[in-house]
Amino acid sequence: MPGLNGRRVAVVAGVRTPFSKAGTSLKDVRAVDLARYAARELLERTNLEGTEVDEVIFGQVVPSALVPNIGREVSLLPQFPKEIPAYSLNRACASSNQAVSAAHDQIALGNANIIMAGGAEALSDIPILASRRLADILVEASKAKSLGARIRTFAKIRPKDLVPVAPAIAEPSTGESMGQSAEKMAKENHISREDQDRWALRSHTLAAQGTADGRLTAEIVPWLSSRPGEAIVQQDNGIRTDTSLEQMAKLKPVFDRRYGSVTAANSSPLTDGASAVLLMSDEAARALGYEPLTFIRSYAVAAVDPGWQLLQAPIFAVPTALERAGIQWKDLGLIEIHEAFASQVLSNLQGFAAKGWEINEDIINVMGGSIAIGHPFGATGGRLVTTLSNEMQRRDVQFGLISVCAQGGMGFAMVLERR
Amino acid sequence: MSTIAPPSKRTAPAVTWEVTDGIATVVLDVEGQPVNVISRAVKDEFLACFAALADDSSVRAVAFFSGKADNFIAGADIEEFVTLSSAAEAERLSADGQDMLDRVARFPKPIAVGIHGACLGGGFELALACHYRVATDHPRTQIGLPEVQLGILPGAGGCQRLPRLVGARAALDMILAGKSERAAKAFRLGMVDELVPPAILADITLAAAKRMASGWRPKRKRPGGFVGFLLDGNPLGRRLVFRMARKQVLERTGGNYPAPLGALEAIEYGLRHGITEGLRREAQLFGQLAVTDVSRKLVQIFFATNQLKKDPGVANAPAPVRVQRLGIIGSGFMGSGIAGTAVAQAEVDVRMKDADLGRVSQGILAARAILDDRLKRRRITKYEYARIVALLSGGDTYAGFGRAELTIEAVFEELGVKQQVLREVEAVLPPSGVFASNTSTIPITRIAEAARSPERVIGMHFFSPVAKMPLLEVIPGARTEPQTVSTAVAFGRRMGKTVIVVKDSPGFWVNRILAPYPNEVGHLLAEGASIEEIDSMAVRFGFPVGPVTLLDEVGLDVAVKVAGVMQEAYGDHILPPPGPGVAVLVKEGRLGRKSGRGFYTYTGGKKRGVDESVYGLLGVHPNGGPRPAEILQRLVLGMVNEAARALGEGVVRSPRDGDIGAIFGFGFPPFRGGPLRYADDLSAERVVTDLQRLAERHGARFAPCEVLQEHARQGTKFYA
Repeated sequence: MPGLNGRRVAVVAGVRTPFSKAGTSLKDVRAVDLARYAARELLERTNLEGTEVDEVIFGQVVPSALVPNIGREVSLLPQFPKEIPAYSLNRACASSNQAVSAAHDQIALGNANIIMAGGAEALSDIPILASRRLADILVEASKAKSLGARIRTFAKIRPKDLVPVAPAIAEPSTGESMGQSAEKMAKENHISREDQDRWALRSHTLAAQGTADGRLTAEIVPWLSSRPGEAIVQQDNGIRTDTSLEQMAKLKPVFDRRYGSVTAANSSPLTDGASAVLLMSDEAARALGYEPLTFIRSYAVAAVDPGWQLLQAPIFAVPTALERAGIQWKDLGLIEIHEAFASQVLSNLQGFAAKGWEINEDIINVMGGSIAIGHPFGATGGRLVTTLSNEMQRRDVQFGLISVCAQGGMGFAMVLERR
Repeated sequence: MSTIAPPSKRTAPAVTWEVTDGIATVVLDVEGQPVNVISRAVKDEFLACFAALADDSSVRAVAFFSGKADNFIAGADIEEFVTLSSAAEAERLSADGQDMLDRVARFPKPIAVGIHGACLGGGFELALACHYRVATDHPRTQIGLPEVQLGILPGAGGCQRLPRLVGARAALDMILAGKSERAAKAFRLGMVDELVPPAILADITLAAAKRMASGWRPKRKRPGGFVGFLLDGNPLGRRLVFRMARKQVLERTGGNYPAPLGALEAIEYGLRHGITEGLRREAQLFGQLAVTDVSRKLVQIFFATNQLKKDPGVANAPAPVRVQRLGIIGSGFMGSGIAGTAVAQAEVDVRMKDADLGRVSQGILAARAILDDRLKRRRITKYEYARIVALLSGGDTYAGFGRAELTIEAVFEELGVKQQVLREVEAVLPPSGVFASNTSTIPITRIAEAARSPERVIGMHFFSPVAKMPLLEVIPGARTEPQTVSTAVAFGRRMGKTVIVVKDSPGFWVNRILAPYPNEVGHLLAEGASIEEIDSMAVRFGFPVGPVTLLDEVGLDVAVKVAGVMQEAYGDHILPPPGPGVAVLVKEGRLGRKSGRGFYTYTGGKKRGVDESVYGLLGVHPNGGPRPAEILQRLVLGMVNEAARALGEGVVRSPRDGDIGAIFGFGFPPFRGGPLRYADDLSAERVVTDLQRLAERHGARFAPCEVLQEHARQGTKFYA
């Protein structure tokens, strides 16, 4: 079935690096290197000449001050001609979903035939900021006209100015952290600790299965050692095969130690990783001899007041995407829901159920989700598109849905179709 | 009465000029040549130009440029140089050049020169004579005095002006090694006064000329600061500097190359006795060096390599396929060496493949080490490094090989393994993709039997370590098509290699003619010669290392394997010595340098000394053995004999290719011109006589081959 507007856009292939918990196997790698690695390996796997690509779009949520435009650095890989334009974008945790949908738009409009979209995050390498006062003093010193003036400026530095400032994952508008929001949603939607733990355990169990049977590892490009003695990273390292509900129950809630239910075990971990997805117009894919995995049928973005339930916007994005796709919830054969927190997933599902939609867990996150696999903010969307497309092909499912909650009270949904 | 003013613009074939605002802009552009070289004709034009400019009262200063896009002046015309027949004639040539540059240096109007592209030899000497030097910061701007590489010295004042400009140490460093430097380094050393982006070269040079026209003169600091004063700035320090430099030259050249010593003397003499005397001595030494046999040989090699650079490797070849992506199978020592050299030199996209990711990962790191080394030596900037590193990738599948115009395998040296790889690669390669085998012992035609398209299978035999060894043997199989040959040759050249095309026969060229050499080591040891003696005789002849050290470098396991193939193929004349031979050392796990023990022991990557227990293992006793002269004769003539035989079989296309292969493949002494040139110099008759005498004493392996005998009978030479 053709798209509703313009040309049809195919998902040809996708890859990602292994997702590694921050501070572990990829801790010395910059986000830009992860992104470039994923992009280049995607070219290898698809045997695509870099010259065929019209544009590169990458998402990143916490950019490095040194590499502010990660997309352009990807398009400056020597495997691409230097003349490919590129940009970077930020739609929080849906950034690489946004990269994919932006690519879709350009192709559908006929402005491009082939676009590489993706995202990356190195949460091992977040920018640590200097204090406001230290920053002011440094700027002043750089403008000093004489050595004496410079020394006098530096003399103003006090020990407390040297304490660095780490960016918090908190809403600038409400001051509420992600975790606190998840906690609030658990309470307001009456999601029990046990249900959350069970969802987390399910995520690990299914991700472990997907890894063992190779479905999940199929989308991973191994990260080769960048210096002698360094291990090769071939798999996600957050997936646990040794955990149980009993063990999870022992953990203390992090955000509300007295009455809380959100723990480290039922939340997604800080993660390093990158993903890349190759999108083509239907004609371009066929002309180059590619068999598309899926086609993009529709997408939608919604937003809610961050002071309400921060991660509940998908319940507004999904109906819109379905409506734009011209299909119904029951037509979906596979669903990928981003798992920032188990309480958020269960809240989202509750919201869907409230619309009278039947929740069939057998088709949701069939290889686990972000709780087990990990969540490099900018990269998760590319993973979801890749995972869903591959699985839709394996099961020959006609319609699949991606649902992603994002910081700032935003939600993203996309419908993919096979034929 | 009116006079007709001389036209302010004149044209001449190579040197043209134009006067604007009192500044004459002189441009050198030798027509019909890709680069500028200074010949007698150009010299005459220069003199005429400067005479006219001296007379032209409207000219207050001069700015000099090259008219070539990416070249300043590549040097003096070597074609002219080779026609010199006597030292006196050569001395005159040098003195003429000095005279011209003296006029430049003493020209009454200041001259600024703008340098972009190679500024070498006579070109740099010209720039040195000018009064202000501006160079572009472009990577193509390379500045230096490479004369000693041709066995001569900078004979147009270079030995005088450079040390005065940059100090004795820096000048010795440049001139004695025949180095050229990037512009940034040249600027740091003080060889040029300013470094600018190419876009403003003309403006800045003109501005400098204008400034000088109004009386301004550049102030130059004493080179090298305080240490410079201690070592360069006074006679005592200089004497120390020259003593050290002489010692280093002798160590490096083994006394076989007179040019660096001559240059050193020209510099020292000039600093001691003043520039006029220095120039006279410089011309004298130039004259002497120019007609030395060593210089003649080095110039021949220079011409031969230049010819080879233009040789497509096969007659009537279609244009080579331009390789943009290189596949490499096998990420071991050779595979990674090829990968690293390919990205560093040719900047192609390289995809490596091996059986498991651990090996691939190791291979990529090893390839990267070649780039690390270049970064450390500042041959590339960190940005170039970042760009080049991103060309290296790999995996344990054939993903990405569908885009490879050329794939080189460097897997285990076994026919079945190589054929299996060939089948797998053919299944994924693009239809026009070329498959090259980096084999040293297996016939290409045999490997190609497994191919669906044997016309696109070829041998590319690299030498180890790939990054350093300059030779590549390209071996067409029986059914290889010409475009496959030209593609392999062209790519080898982009990798910076000197490429010879050789026949598909056991050992190809280099290993074939080398075969008698280590073989003879076994005989000599059995007769009681010591390892040190054998090696030192070869080094004295001019080889970079002796044959025993060579075995250790190659790896004894590899050597045994190659020796087996050679004996099987050429058993009629390559006869192994009695006794267990090197195989017994391999059995002991002594593989040479790579295992820390071979004939010598190695610790921390350094060769320590002969491992005396080797003699016991081999069942030999070092108790005298043959005379040193005989040792040398047996080592060298065996090789010469085999080279003549192989040439007769058409293994190489010409004596030129054969000699270049021996020089670049295993370091046959360049000043001897290669084994075939060496035979010519001795005369075939004498070689045959000596071989016959050796054959009588030591057996049939020394029997002179038919080709040599024929030359001896006819009194002819390999180089007609």
